[in-house]
Amino acid sequence: MTRIVNIGMNHETAPVELRECLAKEPGTPDVALAGMRELACIKEGLFLSTCNRVEALFTTEDPREAKTAVISLMSRLGGISGEAFSSHIFVNEDIDAVRHIFRVASSLDSMVVGEPQILGQIKEAYARATREKTSGVILNRLMHRAFHVAKRVRSETGISDAAVSVSYAAVELAKKIFYDLSGKTVLLIGAGEMAELAARHLLNQGIGSLRVANRSFRRAVEVAQHFDASPVYFDEIGAQLLEADIVISSTGSPEFVISYPLVKGSLRKRRNRPLFIIDIAVPRDVEPRVNDLGNVYVYDIDDLKGVIQINMTQRQQEALKAERIVEEEVIKFEKWLRTLEVVPTIKSLKEKVEAIRKTELKKSLAGQGDFTFSQTRVIEKLTASIAEKIINDPILFLKEKADRPSKNTYLDIARKLFNLDSTNEQEGR
Amino acid sequence: MASLLFRAALFLTLVATGGFIVYIVAQNKTVYKWSYRILAAGFVFHTLFFIQRYYALGVAPVLTLKAAFSFFAWAIIGAYLVLHLKFRLMVLGSFVSPLAAFLMIISSTLPTVETSIKPIFRSAWLAVHVGTIFVGNGIFAMTFVAAIMYLIQEYQIKKKKFGTFYARLPSLETLDSVNRYSLMYGFPFLTVGMITGAIYAQCALGSYWRWDPKEVWSLVTWLFYAALLHERLAVGWRGRRAAILAIAAFLVLIFTFVGASLWLSDYHSFKHLGTQTGL
Repeated sequence: MTRIVNIGMNHETAPVELRECLAKEPGTPDVALAGMRELACIKEGLFLSTCNRVEALFTTEDPREAKTAVISLMSRLGGISGEAFSSHIFVNEDIDAVRHIFRVASSLDSMVVGEPQILGQIKEAYARATREKTSGVILNRLMHRAFHVAKRVRSETGISDAAVSVSYAAVELAKKIFYDLSGKTVLLIGAGEMAELAARHLLNQGIGSLRVANRSFRRAVEVAQHFDASPVYFDEIGAQLLEADIVISSTGSPEFVISYPLVKGSLRKRRNRPLFIIDIAVPRDVEPRVNDLGNVYVYDIDDLKGVIQINMTQRQQEALKAERIVEEEVIKFEKWLRTLEVVPTIKSLKEKVEAIRKTELKKSLAGQGDFTFSQTRVIEKLTASIAEKIINDPILFLKEKADRPSKNTYLDIARKLFNLDSTNEQEGR
Repeated sequence: MASLLFRAALFLTLVATGGFIVYIVAQNKTVYKWSYRILAAGFVFHTLFFIQRYYALGVAPVLTLKAAFSFFAWAIIGAYLVLHLKFRLMVLGSFVSPLAAFLMIISSTLPTVETSIKPIFRSAWLAVHVGTIFVGNGIFAMTFVAAIMYLIQEYQIKKKKFGTFYARLPSLETLDSVNRYSLMYGFPFLTVGMITGAIYAQCALGSYWRWDPKEVWSLVTWLFYAALLHERLAVGWRGRRAAILAIAAFLVLIFTFVGASLWLSDYHSFKHLGTQTGL
């Protein structure tokens, strides 16, 4: 019997250093997929790799062997020892794997629940699998259902409406001010995890350029290198304000880095282009009065937390709805999987009947030479429809029993009743 | 026939308005799509209504306040339908359509006044004068609506109070560019409308400018829009200040249209258009 297995690690099971090992090389998914294809025990396979997760999804007849093979393949690719690797992974089988992939596609398993990128990444992974012809009947169906689930979750729940992390909330706000972030200039002052995450999110939105300022220029160069950005002197901030559209400030400075006169003086030269200042620092880097200036929007950490607080409660309710949708679709898929098990029996039943019909027809027509072409056609049609009608009820019966526990008994009876297995044996000889 | 066409247009516009309101509350795209189509259908009927009236009267059907309100609504919907092709701003319909529906309702409640068609009305200049002015007005209505939407959205972002409109309204930059774009396209129409008006006056009355209150107020309106356009293009005004001025300019425009026509005007007044003292 074919089993669906899913092995992987995500932000919950593995630290970032480990995830990075598998995600850093852009060609990894291709190599991984090729490696999976070479494994004889794997029938269909798909490999997903994003900055927050690395997952293999495959079908196999022999789950134990396949799991060991895939784990060793992944640890080899990442250059991680087998033990270190296996303590950080999760393994889902059958219906759990289905549920997992549905949840991942709907962004319920993401670090920021509801973030929209993951669906695109999964689609890409699936496109790769179809291109490499590693996906088959089961994965095709599974992935299409996963896309369907994700679509339902997005349109029927408000899960992706609201941002729930500070950095993501900042990006959402930026979009409400600028709409299109491509071509915008971002100035990152200082460093820090949250500020860098915000910068990372903005880069993902396709901003034009990122500049980094720091009290220590050496540090500025380091951070800039990390982002492929350009470093600027700390004293240049005033001049940089003329060009920047978004400023992220996160320094340890006890006094204001961006003062009211500094911003006010730049407005006219900026031709009143909107300026969005995100002040993540505590104590604050930006004089609060700056927000009173026209076309300037200052958000400090409390403001951003206030935004996500509202969103968080809303999202929790929406997540419950989303889980319900996932469960509903898992049940539907499970039903389909079960019918898959009766398919071979139905197929051989049909083949057998067709074979009998063909042989008998040939025999009967051979002796009679005086039938016209149209008469032959009528006889052919007649026999075909009789044969079809006779096996119709047994087929319906088997399909109906597909998701019942008694399924195997009925399959067994059907095979014996129609003598399906001995036919195969005869053919085999 | 004419009233039937108008009633069909009014009915469709009202249905579309209802749809647009449902859309902004429920955020259902299907409702939006149908509202848009129904509004467009209403616009077609409205257009047919004007064509029918034009042939029936033999002059541009803009001589009564009733007709003028109706024509204004038509221009607004037309401007919206065209603007939609560029910006695809779904929520704009929820603001524009009630405005147009309101004007059409006013138009439908005003009594039908029989006007005598004087020979000087049978001039192409009249049609061009009134037509371009109203197309300009319709486009400026977009400037106005976008400015209101901008102020609502800007207030929410600035004050960090996120109400129900926050998610439903587009970004500030989008609204500002709708504002700028419609201003840039509305202004030439208003200008051409005023110039052709002067030419028409010269042909019909023998003088370009007669210091009629409506003429004066039109000039004030024009100056407002000229100032706004200048500040935007040359000085780099945008956002809140530009939005406030756009609203002020539109209020002056409405005053010129309604106030000056009803109470102040001499020969431009709809009261006088049908009588001997008028044109």
